Amino acid sequence: MGGLVYFSSGSGNTARFVARLGLPALRVPQRATETMPAPLTPFVLICPTYADGFGRGAVPKQVIGFLNDPSRRALLRGVIGAGNRSFGATFALSGRVIAEKCAVPWLTSFELAGTEADTLRIRDGLHKFWRETCPTVA
Amino acid sequence: MKDQMLSLRAVKAINWNRLQDDKDLEVWNRLTVNFWLPEKVPLSNDVPSWATLREDERALTIRVFTGLTLLDTIQNAVGAPSLLADAQTPHEEAVLTNIAFMEAVHARSYSSIFSTLCSTKEVDEAFRWSEENPHLQAKAQMILSDYAPGADPLKRKIASVFLESFLFYSGFYLPMYWSSRAKLTNTADLIRLIIRDEAVHGYYIGYKFQHALERESPARQQEVKDYAFALLFDLYEIEARYTAELYDGLGLTEDVKAFLHYNANKALQNLGFEALFPPAACEVNPAILAALSPDSENHDFFSGSGSSYVIGKAVATEDEDWNF
Ligand SMILES: Cc1cc2nc3c(=O)[nH]c(=O)nc-3n(C[C@H](O)[C@H](O)[C@H](O)COP(=O)(O)O)c2cc1C
Ligand SMILES: [Fe+2]
Ligand SMILES: [Fe+2]
Repeated sequence: MGGLVYFSSGSGNTARFVARLGLPALRVPQRATETMPAPLTPFVLICPTYADGFGRGAVPKQVIGFLNDPSRRALLRGVIGAGNRSFGATFALSGRVIAEKCAVPWLTSFELAGTEADTLRIRDGLHKFWRETCPTVA
Repeated sequence: MKDQMLSLRAVKAINWNRLQDDKDLEVWNRLTVNFWLPEKVPLSNDVPSWATLREDERALTIRVFTGLTLLDTIQNAVGAPSLLADAQTPHEEAVLTNIAFMEAVHARSYSSIFSTLCSTKEVDEAFRWSEENPHLQAKAQMILSDYAPGADPLKRKIASVFLESFLFYSGFYLPMYWSSRAKLTNTADLIRLIIRDEAVHGYYIGYKFQHALERESPARQQEVKDYAFALLFDLYEIEARYTAELYDGLGLTEDVKAFLHYNANKALQNLGFEALFPPAACEVNPAILAALSPDSENHDFFSGSGSSYVIGKAVATEDEDWNF
């Protein structure tokens, strides 16, 4: 199966979700001074949303910094957005922004640290995704 | 003499260029960009729609909004200011005063809705109802006792997150329900602005709670966590009765309760805790979810029926930090 990369800020929701998912994952650091992970195999990115009411700034700066590097970006295969539906039209917008910017599929979204149902759904979805799209890394 | 006394403990001016916690500035920026006033929403466009509601539906709507007004009033005058005493950074104080002010805007907005849509007599009746309703008063009292001077700072934050992220939702349900039936859609737009603000408030207070809790001993952490679950349970009991009293007439009580369970779990997540209600109890009506976050749903790959991928159609890719 392909890899996972995620970002999570000091509120830790995405980190808690990834821990429950129980799949190996690399974390994009919170501070610009820390070193970025260097994935060696194709991966899916999980990213929370930090937009203003107009949708600006949806993708955290650290994640933009991570994706700005062409060799890391070349391994990105899909994206999962996280957020909170109470933010209305910009719910989990970061996933859709990254999908468009990097021309990869937007796989799904979940809220906060995810529910039990999200964990199952996304674990299954990832298995199926890697099987269907990248049989070599599945 | 006076000058000497002052120099003993300097009063410090806030410096936004020296942050102890980056989250303070991040949240401050979002809150200030999101600032709004009810005058921005063309509520009068809802006058024809209001006229299509039955009398009992109108009475319910006004009552629900007075209940929400009461919670915003508490959070404005007592809740957010009570958190100031526990603030760890001057920037946190600034964020909290912003939150307090927005609660006043929220409380004020309901009166804008009333003056646009309703008669004075109807509204006066509903305010009287809000003062006499035992369930509404009980939840207000329960929260206020946690806000009292000298109360435990961690418990104060718990009560605040439950108010921001849970207690409002028995009320928010109704405008989302109307909006899903193409009624009172401008009012729903205004309520969505309030919901978005409450989401940032619940997030921020929950974030500060998590970091304060980290510094406590394991025994104290357990005590505080037990307290949070017990309080949520007590509040839920009241909410269930409040919901039945309001919504039984329209046959919506069970639908609203699923929404309450779903939001209770989200409130716990804001505090860094796991969910309480099982997934089967949290199956919110999809029409309500769609009304909460309109336009955010396309066909994603995991739920899609076909095998083709959906490439994002978002507009906000213009961030100057992208370099490709
Ligand atoms: C300032 C701010 C803005 C946010 N904006 C959005 C948003 O536009 N859409 C959304 O779905 N979630 C939004 N969120 C919610 C976060 O994406 C959500 O809490 C997420 O779980 C945070 O992940 P983390 O704790 O791993 O950093 C916002 C949160 C904050 C604090
Ligand atoms: Fe409010
Ligand atoms: Fe609030």
